[in-house]
Order: sequence, then structure tokens, then C-alpha cells
Amino acid sequence: MKWLSDDKLNYLRTVVANPDFSSTKYTFIKELARGGMGTVYLAEDRELNRLVAIKVLNTPEMTEDLRNRMVREAQIIARLEHPGIVPVHDVGTLPDGRVFYAMKFVRGSRLDEYAAVNDSIRDRLRKFQAVCDAVAFAHAHGVIHRDLKPQNIMIGSFGEVLVLDWGVAKILGGHGDGERGRHGDCHPVSPSPHLRVSTRDGTIIGTRDYMSPEQARGEIDQLDERADVYSLGAVLHFLLKDQPKPGKAAEAICSKARANAKEDRYSSASELSADIGRLLDAEPVSAYQESAIEKASRWVSKNRFLVLLVLAYLLMRIFFVFTSRP
Amino acid sequence: MINPEKSCKSCPIMDPDTDIGGPLHKFPATNHSAIAGARSDDQLTRRRAFDTILTSYWKPAYKYIRLKWQANNEDAKDLTQGFFANAFEKNHFAAYDASKASFQTFLRTCLDGFVANERKAGRRLKRGGDMEQYQLDFATAENELVASDLSPEDYFHREWVRWMFTIAVEALRQRCEETGRTIHFQLFERYDLRDDKDVSYASLAKEFGLEPATVNNYLAAVRRDFRGVVLEKLREITATDEEFRTETRSLLGVEVK
Repeated sequence: MKWLSDDKLNYLRTVVANPDFSSTKYTFIKELARGGMGTVYLAEDRELNRLVAIKVLNTPEMTEDLRNRMVREAQIIARLEHPGIVPVHDVGTLPDGRVFYAMKFVRGSRLDEYAAVNDSIRDRLRKFQAVCDAVAFAHAHGVIHRDLKPQNIMIGSFGEVLVLDWGVAKILGGHGDGERGRHGDCHPVSPSPHLRVSTRDGTIIGTRDYMSPEQARGEIDQLDERADVYSLGAVLHFLLKDQPKPGKAAEAICSKARANAKEDRYSSASELSADIGRLLDAEPVSAYQESAIEKASRWVSKNRFLVLLVLAYLLMRIFFVFTSRP
Repeated sequence: MINPEKSCKSCPIMDPDTDIGGPLHKFPATNHSAIAGARSDDQLTRRRAFDTILTSYWKPAYKYIRLKWQANNEDAKDLTQGFFANAFEKNHFAAYDASKASFQTFLRTCLDGFVANERKAGRRLKRGGDMEQYQLDFATAENELVASDLSPEDYFHREWVRWMFTIAVEALRQRCEETGRTIHFQLFERYDLRDDKDVSYASLAKEFGLEPATVNNYLAAVRRDFRGVVLEKLREITATDEEFRTETRSLLGVEVK
């Protein structure tokens, strides 16, 4: 038996681990990321001569059920046609039975990487509002993401915002293809190869730092759009935490989105987006009751030019009053 | 080695109905696990299971004894033979508890305990005598020894991975020969096991008198088979589905250095 050098061993490991795209129109280039759901590879679409990101489930053995779920995940994402949601180009099965789907390859940086080099609060809030809008669109189509976090949000080369990894998304009752899951009126769209925490009422899904309390308790039946609102609040908190003075209104929005009781949160991502819009326009936000002084201060801040004009006019009048005295 | 069960704040956590290992979508039962076979009451089953474990671990064990315990090659041979003979005679592997550690860690711990006891007792196991002797190619193992800056535990793991893949390549060769696909293995050997970096699909096509597309298809097929063989080998030497998944991720998901 031939001795295998370290290089040979690593090569054989990739031969075994990397997907075999030989029966597809894609050429494998390299691994991009490995997550709980699957592994994302960079590949070239030989027909269209473009790069794509291909997601393949991380499992050595694939059942028919898992295959169907992966296909469904791809179909659901493909249905969410929105500039803020990464588009799916193709879905298929590898020769070893694993399902893959090809998505747009997004060049850019993740939201956490973006925030590390961009400390402008207004820029961050604008990006965050775009995330809210994409999530609101998904909610309108009956899909909740369930794993929103800075690592799942990409800022493209042209500043566009894309929400990725809909791998643990759920379709809410009354939408989608009409199927109903075992957990009340929502059901999962894809499998996961590892990590779960069972609880008395269900099982936890998501990422701890960005997970709503009901999600952390595994109350799958109780999950609705407001679970994503909580996660969005956690993303907002992430974007504000290194800001010296984010402002009381911004903090109030963050607190409302991250309220422990879902009844106390924004009822939808679009409501949250609207409040962020008002904050950016220096309008009163629904999450915060201003004092008269704060209201005046905000008004002055918003109408700075007008205030300066009036002040200049008044100063001139005063000047004329004093200089015209005999 | 990756431990996917470790708490990981950035890892998504799933519900059972989306989990491969969940109650409704379990992996198929580990029918061919040698670890399970080691617990069998049937002597023949136990013997087969033991042979599988011996085949999978003797070489990393020998190298580990040489490196960690600084044993000379003769002592290392005797200790390796002694360890496996003792383990089989006393059925040590049946005591493995998958909930506590991986089988690999269990075996290494047993090995450390065995060598430490032998050293403490000042014994030197003599080959021959009453002890069962296995036909193991220690000369090759000795030639493969190279200096390493890895910890003994990492070294053991790396050598085990290397040995697993070596066995898998041999099993693939046998399988291809048995199924009349010798050319598939030859292509695999010439391209994937090559030392010559100038080999290409086109040059192989010319060499074997095939179309480049056929070379591509044959290689894709034989690589699929190789993947299957590696997973089969892993199945054989893991006790539970969870351990199988962990070892698969460890074997295929971490850079071996």
C-alpha cells in the first residue's frame, strides 16, 4: 500500500468532501463557506460563463425526504423575487444524491464586516432599513427567516443589501403550497445536519444571540413575523452598540423590536422599517414619546437651515433697530 | 478535531423535523459497526469486529507508541501486539461508551493505560510465547515515521486519518478489480494519486486510448466509489450515528496538517 503524503491526503479529502459537479453545467472552483445547513461553493456556470454560489447539504447520506426538503427550500427562495433577497438560478441533484441549488454569487462584505469599516450611523441605518424591507417582503409572502444575523446579510459591491441563508425559513399557514407541518400552522422548509436543543414544547431553531425568547424556548407553534422582528432588533443593537450617542429614539426602536413579549414588539418588519425611515428623516418615531424639549430640539435639528435663516433675519432686524436709533 | 456538539453561538440550531438525526429522519442503523460487533456474544462476530478494529488502528497505535512513549521499534512492536492481544482476550473494546468519547479517543486512552502499566511493571512483552501474534507490517510503519511537531494526540489522529485513506484506496482497488473496472482505478491512481503534476485528462485520454469526456466520466464515477468506501470504513469503526457524523465531519471538514 502506497504511503500518502500530507498533500496527497488533503487532496484525497477534498476529492471525497467536495461535490462532484461532473454531471452539471458547473465547474467547481473552491469552498466559500461551511454552515449548519450546508456548504457553499464557488463554481462557474459554463453555459452562461458566470460565477455562481452553489449550496450543497452537509450530509454523507441523503434520504428522499431530505432531498425533497432541499428542493422546496430552493423553490421558496426562488419565489421570493426581491432585490434584497439573493436569487436562486437553478436546483438539481448531484450524482451522489445530494441536492444543490445555484444562487447569485454576491461580491461584497457581510454586514458585520461592513460595520467594522463604516461607522456612520446614517449609513448603517439605511442598510438596516433595506434589510427590514427584504424581510417584510418575505413576510408578505408568508415566509419567516428565523436566522437573521449580520453574518447572513451581505452588502454588495454597489451597496445593495442582500439577505442570505433562508435554510431554516418557515412558511406560515395560509401561504406557500398549502402544506401544513406538524408544528401547528407552520413547517420547516429544509433540513439541518446538526445541532439542536430539544425543549419541553419543541426545539430551538436559530442563533442564540439573535434569537427571540419564544424561539429560544423552542415554542415553534408560537413563531410568527415578530420572531424575525426580534432578530432584526438584535441586528440593530449590533449596529448601534459601538456608537457613542445613538440617540434615545434609536435606542427605543431597538428596545421595542427586542421586547421580550412579542406583543410589545413591532407587529411587522415593515412597521420597524417605517420607524427607521422616520428616524432617518428626523420625524417622531412610534417607539419613543418625546418631551417638549426633545421635540423642539428635533425640530430645530431637522429645520436647521430655516432656523439659521430666521436667526439671521432677527439679528439683522436687531442690528437695524440699534443702528437706526438717533 | 471538530466537535459539532460543542456549544457554538454562531451555529444555527434546528428542530427535530429538520434534523437529519432527528427522531423521524434517523440515519440507517449502524449495521456494520465493528464497535457494536465487539460487544457480541457470538465469538465469530467478535473476532471479525476485532480484526476490523485491529486493521484500522494498529499502524497509528504503533507510531503513537514510538512517538509519545519514545519506545524503540522492538518495544513498540511488542507493545502494539500486546495491546491488541490483551484487548481481544479481555474484550476491552466492549466497554466502550459512545456517550463519553469517540472510539478513537477511547482506544488511545486504553493504549496509554496499557503502555503505562507495562512500563510500571517493568515488563517487556516477548513476542512468541502464549500471546497471539498478528501479521502486521511493522517494517513499513517504521519507514513511514517522520518527525512531527504535533501533540501526541493530534499525531495519533493524523496518522489514523492517513491510514484510513490508505485502507480506503486499497479497498477501492480491490472493488474495481472485482467489478472489472480496472481502468477506472488506473485512472484514479494516475490522476488522483499521482506525484507527476503534468498529468491531465487529455494526457490520460491519449495514454489510455479514451475520449477526454470518458476520462472525466470514469474519474467522476471512481471518485464517487471512493467516497462510498471511505464512508463505509468510517461506519465500520464508529459505534453510533452521531459518532459517525462527527468523524465524517472531522475527516472531511478539517485540514489535516
